[in-house]
Amino acid sequence: MRRSPRSAPRPTPVAALTAVLAAAVLALASCGSDAPAEDGSVTLTITANAISGGKNAASADWIKQWVIPRFEAAQKAAGRDVRVLFQPNGVDDEQYKTKIALDLKSRTGADVIDVDGIWVGEFAQAGYIKPLAEVGGPGVDAWEGWSQIPQAVQGLGIFDGKKYGLPQGTDGRVLYYNKRLFAEAGLPGSWQPKSWQEIIDAGTALKKLPGVTPIQINAGTAMGEATTMQGALPLLAGTGTEVYSNGKWTGASQGLKDVLAFYRQIYGGGLGDPKLQQEAKGRDKSFAEFADGKIGILAEGDYFWRAVVEPKAGVAPMADRDQVVGYAKIPAREPGAGIRGQDFVSMSGGAVRVLNPFSKNPRQAWELLAFMHSAEALKAELAGAARVTSRTDVNAEVLSGDPMLTFIADEVLPVTAYRPGLAVYPQVSAALQEATAAAVSGTPPEEAASAYRAKVEGIVGGPGNVAD
Amino acid sequence: MNAVRHALGRIAAAVFLALVAAFFALPMLWLASAPFDAHPSITVSIPEFTLANFRAVLDNPYALGSIGNSVIQAGGAALIVVVLAALAAYALSRVRVPGRDVLLYVLLLLSSVVTGTAAMVPIFELASRLGLIDTHLGVILVVSGGLLPAAIFILKDFMDATPTSYEESARVFGASPLQILRHIVVPVVRPGLATIVVWAVASVWGGFLMQYILLRDPAKSPSAVILYTLYTEGGQPNLDLISTFSLLYSLPVVVMYLFVSGRYGFRLHGGLKQ
Amino acid sequence: MNTDAAGLGKRRAVGFVLPALVLIGVFLVFPALWTIYLGLTDYRLTGLAAADPQVVGVENYTTALGDDRFRNSLWLSVQYVLGSAVIGQAGLGFAIAWMLRGRRGPVRRVVEGLVLLSWILPSSVVAFLWIALLDRDGGTLNALLGTPGAAWLLDHPMLSIIVFNTWRGTAFSMMLYAAALETVPPSHLETARLAGASAFQQLRDVVLPRIKGHVLTNMLLISLWTFNDFTPFLITAGGPEGRSEILPFYVYTTALRGGQLGFGAAVSFLILLINLVFALAYLRLLRNRAPASALAPGRREASG
Repeated sequence: MRRSPRSAPRPTPVAALTAVLAAAVLALASCGSDAPAEDGSVTLTITANAISGGKNAASADWIKQWVIPRFEAAQKAAGRDVRVLFQPNGVDDEQYKTKIALDLKSRTGADVIDVDGIWVGEFAQAGYIKPLAEVGGPGVDAWEGWSQIPQAVQGLGIFDGKKYGLPQGTDGRVLYYNKRLFAEAGLPGSWQPKSWQEIIDAGTALKKLPGVTPIQINAGTAMGEATTMQGALPLLAGTGTEVYSNGKWTGASQGLKDVLAFYRQIYGGGLGDPKLQQEAKGRDKSFAEFADGKIGILAEGDYFWRAVVEPKAGVAPMADRDQVVGYAKIPAREPGAGIRGQDFVSMSGGAVRVLNPFSKNPRQAWELLAFMHSAEALKAELAGAARVTSRTDVNAEVLSGDPMLTFIADEVLPVTAYRPGLAVYPQVSAALQEATAAAVSGTPPEEAASAYRAKVEGIVGGPGNVAD
Repeated sequence: MNAVRHALGRIAAAVFLALVAAFFALPMLWLASAPFDAHPSITVSIPEFTLANFRAVLDNPYALGSIGNSVIQAGGAALIVVVLAALAAYALSRVRVPGRDVLLYVLLLLSSVVTGTAAMVPIFELASRLGLIDTHLGVILVVSGGLLPAAIFILKDFMDATPTSYEESARVFGASPLQILRHIVVPVVRPGLATIVVWAVASVWGGFLMQYILLRDPAKSPSAVILYTLYTEGGQPNLDLISTFSLLYSLPVVVMYLFVSGRYGFRLHGGLKQ
Repeated sequence: MNTDAAGLGKRRAVGFVLPALVLIGVFLVFPALWTIYLGLTDYRLTGLAAADPQVVGVENYTTALGDDRFRNSLWLSVQYVLGSAVIGQAGLGFAIAWMLRGRRGPVRRVVEGLVLLSWILPSSVVAFLWIALLDRDGGTLNALLGTPGAAWLLDHPMLSIIVFNTWRGTAFSMMLYAAALETVPPSHLETARLAGASAFQQLRDVVLPRIKGHVLTNMLLISLWTFNDFTPFLITAGGPEGRSEILPFYVYTTALRGGQLGFGAAVSFLILLINLVFALAYLRLLRNRAPASALAPGRREASG
């Protein structure tokens, strides 16, 4: 453009700006790959969906203030110069999953990564993670901790028979009930239903109290996975049906029809609030209503006890939680009807930590991971709070102070089940949520079940992969 | 007769503006009460007054810094967008380029694909290969790319609507095209430029997904990302912190708007158009 | 306006356009074309299809078009765009800009500030505001109207999100029209008024011809943005029973939650095509987009 007779002799600002932009992009591009450290020191990174001052703050603080200084000191004592960095996040699980999937896809990312156990299968299938022993070396199988982790809990990190991650802990689902409302309705102060009918009976008694919603079992699509985990799946387990078994997904099975009929009985019979299941913030509202003494029976995970109605820091705190909130196991449809012939059922999930197969220092990364899962580290992470960890030795010590979590560990975990960690699971889960939504709004169970079946066939690749 | 009509018109205008103000203010009551409430809920209530929520937000290690990051990213993007769009819009307005309107519109349509979530994999891979992950520049360039077509589109209208006679006379006096742009065109289209700046800042200010995916260090994250950290592990909102932080986080943009509109915006400059 | 009044010349014009084009080329066109390509594959974020995506041709498109839920979403999206963008935002935005023109001082600042605030607040916060307003139990609206228990979001989900998006996005139209109205010389309006033209005649004969380009731009942009708007998801979650599931929610619930990025990309491209249809309709309606400055004086004489 300088040849134009009217142009100024110096480069125009426009050209200069273009040049600066291009140079900046190029300069950044060239220093994008991190150069190996020159002094022989090793840098490891941990990432988790936890952040100081926000989501899972305790876990983030533990990594920064306990894990990192102690691990660095231990390595130094062994004559190695290791630096550990922590990359915090604080977002919805779906977004966090997206970010780490993108990182792993481009073969970057942290060395030790926190993931939900349910993602292990799909990440392994995508080639984003590899079995621990393949990445971490012979130290993995020799680790002292394996003997402390029950087989079922180890299952959280297992896919296709191989161990991909170390489980951090697990949880269980129960029926919470408001003892004060139970007393007003003439129900026992210590309640343990033995069949679905006994839940209905208690609900019918609670219905007489003014302004009280007797039962809240999550339904519909607005609650998302909370409907599947706290509603559809434990109920299905109570009919002896697993959503995925022997390579097939459950279709319009009798179990599913029973579950939908049960939903129908609650929400069509005035025992539940069908509108709450449709509201975008329905779950938050159900918490607030339970804390206000407006809901009689609520199916939730132990998260509800630890973080929702917790007297001090809960999101819907109940100052008298320990006196007012009762909890009971979720019964099968009738005694003996549950999976494995059980009388009671539950569902569990839990987080695991995996190694990045593209780590530049996989052996040290494994050492860090094992360090984070030592009994001492888990105890430090809890910092006095109770929570079901993956290690039996730690649980024996920390749960004694909290009867509710002892109940989960002793009574609920032996009867629990886990979700299938496959990439199509979220879509099947969404189809289940739609089926419950249909049942709540009046669709006959048969019809809702066959619509669900049709959807699942499309999702899992044809009727051959579905069993009724 | 005319006076009556005039008075009625004024009353109608006043009623209309009052209704508009009420419509826009009503939903914001929650933001006026919740930050000062010790136990905010999802409904509006007379607060159990406290300033403790503000202290809690100030104690958060990332909250205040994130507002600074938002300023850097939104400001940087707004600057790039307004400068590049003004240059491009001016040239496209003054020089015949066959098919320019169609081209502009195709770019605009493509921008809707890129701002959608489906494009996150290509954008991430691109940024990753250019070494732009975890940099302010990466965020600025990615969001600017998405905003530019619309900005050019809007500004070209303003350029088209300015008379060219002044430019012709300036040219006769030997002014260079850049001088003409700076001293003659920019003052005339100033309301349009102000619109673009405010629009660009506001668009970037609320952006979450791209920013989250492109950045790694929370000390570089903008407020929209940090806001999400104030939910619990189960996805429940920590309303006392969220409402308070939202209030603090909205203020800079409101202040900017009042400043821009008062200083550069909607005012006639010089005698150009009289 | 192809007169090249400033004597730019082709080369210098290219120099002016180039920086923007480079940025757009790298950060917009390239990822957009890549996304469109992904729409032809069964690509997923995780699982087997992430490791080895297959080109499936137009299968994603036929799946979407054959899905009742997609067609329902499409129809709801058209209602959403016509109701909240074309009528709501553009109409209200112009009305406010017109009423405020020539005004100074606190009234203008308060009204503009409120309208703008509703636009710049982050989406997640805005969702809380509107749930607090429309909630069936403790909602402010029910308290004001004396209609306790009225479930606005469940009984009138589309109306709720249309009013919501009008509230949310009017600021842009207001700003654009306010800026556009500044380019209408007051002397022209004054002349028309002295000649006895009513307010409507002034609008039609003096203002509209001058701001026609801005009207078209505004319509194109806000339709595009409204088609892609995800914010009301936080208020209704697409419910109840999909009665407010507009297209971006469809993409989110069926594709991104399930990780089917290929399918999501295909639906995004369909949204692009629908936008194209809208754009052609606007162009038809507002054709003869003649240079406004040349047109206005002529009209003034005609009306005077």
